[in-house]
Amino acid sequence: MRQIAVYGKGGIGKSTTTQNTVAGLSQAGYKCMIVGCDPKADATRLILHAKAQTTVMDLARERGTVEDLEVDEVLLTGFNGIRCAESGGPEPGVGCAGRGVITAINFLEENGAYDADTDFVFYDVLGDVVCGGFAMPMREGKAKEIYIVTSGEMMAMYAANNISRGILKYAHSGGVRLGGLICNSRKTDKEYELISELAKKLGTQLIHFVPRDNQVQRAELRRMTVIEYSPEHPQAEEYRMLAKKIADNRDLVIPTPISMDELEQLLMDFGIMEGEEAAA
Amino acid sequence: MSTTIKDTQKMIAEVLDAYPEKTKKERARHLTANDPTGQCGSCKVKANTKSRPGVMTVRGCAYAGAKGVVWGPVKDQITISHGPVGCGQYSWWSRRNYYNGQTGVDTFGTMHITTDFQERDIVYGGDKGLDAALHELKELFPLAKGIGILSECPVGLIGDDIEAVSKRVAKEFGIPIVPVRCEGFRGVSQSLGHHIANDTIRDYVLGKGKLEKTTPYDVALIGDYNIGGDAWASRKILEEMGLRVIAQWTGDASVNELGIATKAKLNLIHCYRSMNYICRHMEEEYGIPWDEFNFFGPTKIYASIRKIASHFDDRIRENAEKVIEKYKPVMDAVVERFRPRLEGKKVMLYVGGLRPRHTIGAYEDLGMEVIASGYEFGHNDDYHRTYPVMKEGAVIMDDATLYELEEFTRRMKPDMVGSGIKEKYSYHKMGVPFRQMHSWDYSGPYHGFDGFPVFARDMDMTVNNPAWNLIRRKK
Repeated sequence: MRQIAVYGKGGIGKSTTTQNTVAGLSQAGYKCMIVGCDPKADATRLILHAKAQTTVMDLARERGTVEDLEVDEVLLTGFNGIRCAESGGPEPGVGCAGRGVITAINFLEENGAYDADTDFVFYDVLGDVVCGGFAMPMREGKAKEIYIVTSGEMMAMYAANNISRGILKYAHSGGVRLGGLICNSRKTDKEYELISELAKKLGTQLIHFVPRDNQVQRAELRRMTVIEYSPEHPQAEEYRMLAKKIADNRDLVIPTPISMDELEQLLMDFGIMEGEEAAA
Repeated sequence: MSTTIKDTQKMIAEVLDAYPEKTKKERARHLTANDPTGQCGSCKVKANTKSRPGVMTVRGCAYAGAKGVVWGPVKDQITISHGPVGCGQYSWWSRRNYYNGQTGVDTFGTMHITTDFQERDIVYGGDKGLDAALHELKELFPLAKGIGILSECPVGLIGDDIEAVSKRVAKEFGIPIVPVRCEGFRGVSQSLGHHIANDTIRDYVLGKGKLEKTTPYDVALIGDYNIGGDAWASRKILEEMGLRVIAQWTGDASVNELGIATKAKLNLIHCYRSMNYICRHMEEEYGIPWDEFNFFGPTKIYASIRKIASHFDDRIRENAEKVIEKYKPVMDAVVERFRPRLEGKKVMLYVGGLRPRHTIGAYEDLGMEVIASGYEFGHNDDYHRTYPVMKEGAVIMDDATLYELEEFTRRMKPDMVGSGIKEKYSYHKMGVPFRQMHSWDYSGPYHGFDGFPVFARDMDMTVNNPAWNLIRRKK
């Protein structure tokens, strides 16, 4: 069983990319599971064709404690036998969502949610690594493999670098490794070259460049992955390729995060910052 | 520099020698030989700084200071330990703050109330649970005059808005609901908790009480927690002097008493460390003068009575002399009985609040000498009040470690050690007579004319107890 965590800046397309990739893996014959680590509980919507109704924490809140739950109540099966769980958590501004992630993951683990014939477990984690709770998936005995979703936008790259620092911290204590960057294209200038260079600087690879295509939105509106909604569409093929690359990936590294200055230099080297300065 | 100071400094250096270099340097700033004259510039300790990890400090936390010391004794308000169960459970009435009243009906001092946080309260926030707890309490205890919400660490970490809950429910109930942000991780010791608690008294109850009429002789007794009945003994003296004690803070106090102290003509403060903040505030905002006093042992009591009386007219001054005259024979008899049994005995103290300096006079009345004294959480102003009342060459220690206490004990050979529950049993094992001086070892009162005979008896039965000779001591 390989446990994989997907991180990236908020709104970059982690959940969409994860679910499409997992759909591709499941079509390739792998048994997969997705654990959503975001209080919004929208990491499994495209697989379940609905927003998860029962999250681990919401049900624990209703019953009193997690000890009162059965794993079957929170582990739902969606497209192509993919199993899904959501940690759940509070609405913004109250309580501690990070603690919710810790509690939920421990519950799933202790109650045998990860059975022996599961091939892949994907953790889809909220935005940046804001506190210890959101680093839970990369701690000891959990995800050993991290993929960072990014784009050619400065703040997405900045987040990717920050997440690399989190991975570096746990690389020595928990053995976690970076599997690569996934570029979810925003059609920015020289995006492929830029992210390839960033990947090189971080000591990793650009594992796949996912082009921008409105077919993703069309599928999402129908609460489906592209792979399910339009298996023949070229975009579905992109996700199948990403799935295959992840399944075959053996290039797992300890990242080498860069400084803010280096990051800015990178943007200048590719003429992006310079261009803006000239315009201003 | 005198030889006694030099000798003590040499001994301190020897004790410090066991530490690694960095620790030694840091701890050296907290230990000194006393110079009552204040001429020796290096004879000052550093205080109120973070304890060094690994040295086994006995300090508490901000929650301990706010809940255990200041708010806990207020009898007709309910104090909620807001968070997981442990903080409330292990601080449950450990200070023996006596009070009058029908517990569970109109007073709640010995009760332990907690919101008992579970995982879900951390994840989803504890505000709803707090709201429910407040409503349950109001229904169960309709006579409660206020509710205090004493915040434990997790509440501060997850950022619960206890102020908003308090504000809403206070409006609904018509009684003060006081949110106290005394998360244990704040500050270096319980001392910050006292300050935080003082500030909440100021913000939520001060000046809001009802007092029918005032007299020129109204005083407030501040910083007496009525441990074993201390405040009652102190109050008795003030009343016999002809003063009217309108408020007693916070031992046996009511919420209303906290509210009316602003109507006093004079604030009398016993435990300066824990309540000087509110006295300073009342001085600035309401123009109420305040004065420190000491009701431990006849010498200090007589001096304090005269000092207090000096703030008032001839009537009070005459009464003061009459009170002293009345009790002097009683006090003399106590001294006559116990002094021969205690004369020349050496005492080492390591306690908190006011005790490291305030009890010295009482020991001296019994012919005993305090050869070392220290504060768990004192500030510089505490030490400045301590240097002049101790002998030259005595050891002054700040935030002492168990190792230091044991070493000073071995070298200075006190006949008695007065400290807390954490030190008690290691001293029992050492075979050194020991008195738990935080809550008077389940005895008391020690304040006032009522307290001194108890104090003298307790010190005698500690120092002269034949049981100590039965302990096999390490060679």
